[in-house]
Amino acid sequence: MIPELGQFALILALLLSVVQCVLPLIGAHSGNRALMAVARPAVAGQTVFVVAAFAILTYAFTSQDFSVAYVAQNSNSLLPWFYRFSAVWGAHEGSLLLWILILAVWSVAVAAFSRHLPADFMARVLGVLGFISCGFLLFTLLTSNPFARILPVPADGIDLNPMLQDPGLIMHPPMLYMGYVGFSVAFAFAIAALLGGRLDVRWVRWSRPWTNIAWAFLTLGIALGSWWAYYTLGWGGWWFWDPVENASFMPWLVGTALIHSQAVTEKRGSFRAWTLLLAIFAFSLSLLGTFLVRSGVLTSVHAFATDPERGVFILVFLAIVVGGSLLIYALRAPRVAGGEPFAPVSRETALLVNNLMFACAAATVLLGTLYPIIGDAFSLGRISVGPPYFAFMFIMLMIPVVLLLPFGPFLKWRQGNPVAAMKSLLPALVTAVVATLLAWLLVGDLPVKALAGTAASLWVGLGILLFALSRWRKAAPGRRFTPEMLGMICAHLGVAVFVAGVMIVESTSIERDVRMVPNQGVEIGSLTFQFEGVHEARGPNFTAEQGTITVTEGGRTIATLHPQKRQYMRNAQVQTEAALKPGVFRDLYVALGEPVGDDGAWAVRIYVKPFVRWIWIGALLMMLGGFVAAADKRFGVVARLRDTSPSARDGSANSPALPDPESPLPNPGT
Amino acid sequence: MTPTRKRRLIIISLVLAAVAVAAGLTVLALQQNMTYLYSPSEVEAGEAPTGARFRLGGVVLEHSIKRADDSLQVDFIVTDRFHQMPVKYTGILPDLFREGQSIVASGSVEDGRFVATEVLAKHDETYMPKEVADAIAKAKDTHAAEPGGSH
Repeated sequence: MIPELGQFALILALLLSVVQCVLPLIGAHSGNRALMAVARPAVAGQTVFVVAAFAILTYAFTSQDFSVAYVAQNSNSLLPWFYRFSAVWGAHEGSLLLWILILAVWSVAVAAFSRHLPADFMARVLGVLGFISCGFLLFTLLTSNPFARILPVPADGIDLNPMLQDPGLIMHPPMLYMGYVGFSVAFAFAIAALLGGRLDVRWVRWSRPWTNIAWAFLTLGIALGSWWAYYTLGWGGWWFWDPVENASFMPWLVGTALIHSQAVTEKRGSFRAWTLLLAIFAFSLSLLGTFLVRSGVLTSVHAFATDPERGVFILVFLAIVVGGSLLIYALRAPRVAGGEPFAPVSRETALLVNNLMFACAAATVLLGTLYPIIGDAFSLGRISVGPPYFAFMFIMLMIPVVLLLPFGPFLKWRQGNPVAAMKSLLPALVTAVVATLLAWLLVGDLPVKALAGTAASLWVGLGILLFALSRWRKAAPGRRFTPEMLGMICAHLGVAVFVAGVMIVESTSIERDVRMVPNQGVEIGSLTFQFEGVHEARGPNFTAEQGTITVTEGGRTIATLHPQKRQYMRNAQVQTEAALKPGVFRDLYVALGEPVGDDGAWAVRIYVKPFVRWIWIGALLMMLGGFVAAADKRFGVVARLRDTSPSARDGSANSPALPDPESPLPNPGT
Repeated sequence: MTPTRKRRLIIISLVLAAVAVAAGLTVLALQQNMTYLYSPSEVEAGEAPTGARFRLGGVVLEHSIKRADDSLQVDFIVTDRFHQMPVKYTGILPDLFREGQSIVASGSVEDGRFVATEVLAKHDETYMPKEVADAIAKAKDTHAAEPGGSH
């Protein structure tokens, strides 16, 4: 009975999403305030039902209701309680419901924190969000109902994919979806501005913190996924250029361009049409990502749903959203375009280069990801595009970004002084070059890539610190750093840390696959890895063959590692659990392959990964920067979070701007 | 020139330059990193490039896995149930690698043997990569078309 209530709740949510989409858009078009006012209650009602549906599915998992097909497929009576929660989004149907839930949460937040904006603009924003929600609810109900029953009721469930029984998975999809879905706000804002035919700087300012928060969540989600892949998949890699990874990376790249171009539009009024276009692309790529993951058109390491019917639905939905929004853009963009002029050397130009590079990077990743489909469609053969393509293209496009990044903050809006900027940055340049030369002379056999990475990292990191210092000297106490500026500094420091991590780990990692008999040792540099043998171990729902490897350095034991080969009880699949000793400057990473031969020998992977943590520390700094910048007083989010009543407006920031310039009037130009 | 025109000119030239560079690099990089997938039957028929890298898709033949005693070298046979291709690989095989499992190996042919540098077996034990399934279906069709090729 209870699962049917869940389905009923989803149907009601679908009806309310139609209401949320249609009535406010008609109201905004015809100037009918009553219809516009429907938006907020519809959002609230829809959210209640979506939350109810999600809670019911969670309950089905925690109460082990195996009459629900989805639960029977993805849970089992031995599954530990915390994985019963994360199993809710462990497969296709549930992760779709999670997507809808997060969209509902974002919609409620938008509805709650936007009371100071013109009614017709907000009606359009919420209407567009309603349309997206409607599409996904329809998709869930028609093709992937999580509440479908199974008869006869199985005695026990099959099990959650062992790959997913991991703390990393608990947080990875929700964070990723917070990012994906968060871009729907920027998208809805862009469509609303285009439909209204006006782009007010106030509205851009309003949308910036939303985009920053979505981007920060997406950064965190991708970093978690990369970290998870690093220690779960047992290959010790942190990024594989797999189609599904690319699917999350493309919105991130466009989102990065978007947060920079939004800053220009808000502060200078330039790049207006471009900002709107980026917002459309960021969300379209999020949808495309869903399509790639869900449809199974691409062979990927984690394409876990392969159902052509679902693929066709998402493809049609994608065509409507992308095609429709681009059509609206084509018709209306000339109306909102325009902006202030700027000199060839100015902060605008620097940000333009950033935007071009990130947009190109997204395009090349898109091309490489879709090329196998294109090849298939035109019968060019079964092609796959290798990781070297992506790595080469990406590094090429990011070189100018990294080299020019420190100039950005030193260049003034409109007209920058390159000589002065270079003079300010000279210490960073000198230090980077000298330190790299010293490293080369002293250590000697470092690869070029590692040296280049160190130099680039120092250049960016010191460049940003120099900017912070000059700001500290020039500005009066108390007005030195706005949160927006602090966020920028933090995120750019993250870039420096990330660059160092990537370049060093990619060029100086030691990876050895060796055959080891018990009590055999392998020497890597000053480290000795001693294989002690393998014995049986037990977990709550698995048995494992557990190896013991002692790592010594200079006669001192620095780590005892226990890599496992797990056999889950309800699953024939064997799962490798790598064991690692993390460290700021190097990770020791050991994984078991398989038994080879009769003498107790095993194939063992032994990796030493210097600076690998810096990759994720860098990503976390970027994420932190996104959140800090979103908290800037000018955006008024903090003020509004403190008191969400309409009267609590941050006067200096939001300039209440009453009376509404537009709302009582019919839509211009329609 | 008015400031607006000047700005537009800057933007357009930057865009064009970026597009040209990106397009050039992309074509170059794509050409170098594209690998095609072939089934053992196609390799047998000489369709696969000799000396160049490609991917071999098929099923690991039952009782064909042989390990070396002193290294991580593994020899096995990949089949599409019509033709067979011996494969040599040195390293650790994925968890799902076993007899009867469909795999994709990348590498090149040396002395009539496929020397793999990477072996992928997909995450789901029942799942066959679409491209491998296609390759096997194609081999089946070719085989059926051959005179006396009933199987």
